[in-house]
Amino acid sequence: MIAEINQTRIKEMKIELAPLLSIRDLHVWYELRRFGFGHAGYVKAVDGVSFDLAPGETVAVVGESGCGKSSLMKTILGLNTPTSGEVIFDGRNLSELRGNDLRAYRFEVGYVQQDPYGALPPFMDIQKILEEPLIISGIKDKAARLERIRKVMSEVKLHPAEDFLPKFPHMLSGGQQQRVVIARAMLRSPKLIVADEPVSMLDASVRVEILKLMHALQAEHNLSVIYITHDLSTVKYFSARIFVMYAGNLVEKAETRRLLENPLHPYTLALLAATSDPDARNAESFKEVPPGEPPSLVNPPRGCRFHPRCARAIEGLCNQQEPPDFEAEPRHFVACWLYRPGEQGQ
Amino acid sequence: MNPTSATQLLHVEDLVLHFRTGNGTVQAVDGVDFDLDANRAVVILGESGCGKSSLAKAMLRLLPRNVESYSGKVFLHGADVMTLDEEEFRHNVRWAAMSLVPQAAMNALNPVLRVGEQVAEPAMVHLGVSKAEAFLQARRMFQHVGVPEDFLSRYPFELSGGMRQRVALAMALVTSPALIVLDEPTSALDLLTQANIMNVLKRIKHELGTSFILITHDIATSSELADEVAIMYAGQIVEVGEARDFFSEPLHPYSQMLMASVPRLRSDSDPMFITGQPPSLVNLPEGCRFAARCPFRMEKCGGEPPVVRRGNRKVKCWLHV
Ligand SMILES: Nc1ncnc2c1ncn2[C@@H]1O[C@H](COP(=O)(O)OP(=O)(O)OP(=O)(O)O)[C@@H](O)[C@H]1O
Ligand SMILES: Nc1ncnc2c1ncn2[C@@H]1O[C@H](COP(=O)(O)OP(=O)(O)OP(=O)(O)O)[C@@H](O)[C@H]1O
Ligand code: SF4
Ligand code: SF4
Ligand SMILES: [Mg+2]
Ligand SMILES: [Mg+2]
Repeated sequence: MIAEINQTRIKEMKIELAPLLSIRDLHVWYELRRFGFGHAGYVKAVDGVSFDLAPGETVAVVGESGCGKSSLMKTILGLNTPTSGEVIFDGRNLSELRGNDLRAYRFEVGYVQQDPYGALPPFMDIQKILEEPLIISGIKDKAARLERIRKVMSEVKLHPAEDFLPKFPHMLSGGQQQRVVIARAMLRSPKLIVADEPVSMLDASVRVEILKLMHALQAEHNLSVIYITHDLSTVKYFSARIFVMYAGNLVEKAETRRLLENPLHPYTLALLAATSDPDARNAESFKEVPPGEPPSLVNPPRGCRFHPRCARAIEGLCNQQEPPDFEAEPRHFVACWLYRPGEQGQ
Repeated sequence: MNPTSATQLLHVEDLVLHFRTGNGTVQAVDGVDFDLDANRAVVILGESGCGKSSLAKAMLRLLPRNVESYSGKVFLHGADVMTLDEEEFRHNVRWAAMSLVPQAAMNALNPVLRVGEQVAEPAMVHLGVSKAEAFLQARRMFQHVGVPEDFLSRYPFELSGGMRQRVALAMALVTSPALIVLDEPTSALDLLTQANIMNVLKRIKHELGTSFILITHDIATSSELADEVAIMYAGQIVEVGEARDFFSEPLHPYSQMLMASVPRLRSDSDPMFITGQPPSLVNLPEGCRFAARCPFRMEKCGGEPPVVRRGNRKVKCWLHV
């Protein structure tokens, strides 16, 4: 599809480009308090994450509930303060931004939430919802604000704008609500869009519509996009790279094709095996699912966090030492001892 | 259809459930027909708001106060259960013969009651067995759904979402009903947990011979259990047939477009979306309810489409006449 042509072009371009976003050994820990005081440990929601994102690059972060996806994104958006590590956006370290600079940063990053209805204030009409960010960013001329709003509404295919502007969120379908959220994220011409499960609350046919819309906007404006999802079947239509997240770590990072054709981490393999395509033969067999559940992030297992569930765990190694990232093939990183140099991974 | 054929478990005919609202009558279930044999699973697929949960409620006669009309035939094991009074229905049908795992059941467990007690309760209330017998049965059901036995004495908040969903399933199973209606049993769960629950359902079907009505909008996951598929659109079933036939060649234009909208992991097909929206159930168009979105629309589609038989399959569409 168009997506792929586009991404190849971007891939060729990006080699010389400095990253738009650099995440360096990021840790986001939440302190747990017993009875409201007394320290009782940390929820290590993000625990040593690093990656670069080029201008115009799209990446999907895939993982199960509670693995730290939203914590990672909120930190990138400047809504969480990292416990340690760095977020560098366009050459600026987020921890050094203050006042106006921080506000300007927030304009350069658009946020699309999971639940469009929850993201929109119920007592504001669409015009108010879309005008507000422009007022905050200092556009005093109402006509200029409306012109910008009309432009963005037409880009997200909410037309004619007049029909939608006086409506309240509850009068719109889920798909239309999500278009308003996307329009709001696009208003201030961001360089990066963070989309946290943008379609998981929508119906199948609306999902595709919204993903295609986001894709078109991405290509048109050369946006960088971080797409958070638990649905592996949608990522190849949308993202050039995939990061697989488990219990606060990125356990596998690779280009989408490569990851889908040659998945390496046992957890990635489990996710792929659990993903169904519609096929009547599915009913004839059981699925292989690793035993147990993701660990507590307060006291994660020692060594590899997946080892209690992993059929291939190496006694004395996996349960003792945390695996670093190994480059198993060019630009395909996997945090698993099976791929340590000298091993075949088989 | 002969409602008393030997293997037939369920026969639903012209089931109607309309609600009264300030804006008019919501025709949530509007003339639904389908059949189900023993130890089979039918999947009811459709978009949000098409009336799936209302259909479940109509079958179990769990009705809200604002019902405008409720009619039709439901035969279970050849007996007409719609004509039973509420007392008889509660005694002999709900739980005893047919139970429901409602949408978001895992969040509806009683927070202050141990899950073992919650699972045992329906057996005491609806089968009238002793407490000891009910707990024994609850323990057995925990095994079937894969919850460790020592969880019997835990409270819901001590369990993960996946474990709570298994508990809700154990509760529906404890009375050994022939039929379980599952309303979106996996949609709030993680991928691996979903796969686990689908495994559990397959195992129960195999081991206990239970039949299922699986209500969902998740087409891919539904194929894990489906023997038959029924497609619901705007309060009606527009296509029903064997899963094998349906997944390889859907007949109704809506079914075809719905299938084409599913992103696939193992193929490079480009998913398509259906433009437009389903009609309001308060203000339904005349004739085919899908007409406004249908690329094959013809003049006669302005009239009510007939239900056309194609071998074992049925499709409600003028194209197939
Ligand atoms: N403000 C907070 N204080 C304490 N713990 C938190 C806080 N926010 C998140 N957590 C915990 O951190 C872990 C990661 O949560 P996060 O929301 O990042 O996960 P997620 O991958 O986005 O999950 P989901 O798919 O359910 O949205 C969870 O255990 C969560 O309970
Ligand atoms: N008690 C009620 N009174 C009035 N309208 C109702 C009532 N219950 C449901 N409805 C309406 O009936 C229609 C069908 O609702 P229903 O919950 O059956 O849909 P559904 O297919 O289960 O949707 P979802 O996939 O979102 O769960 C909707 O328009 C809904 O708003
Ligand atoms: S490091 Fe060991 S335990 Fe972890 S995924 Fe690899 S083989 Fe399994
Ligand atoms: S009856 Fe006509 S409008 Fe309706 S689905 Fe069939 S062809 Fe399309
Ligand atoms: Mg989240
Ligand atoms: Mg429902």
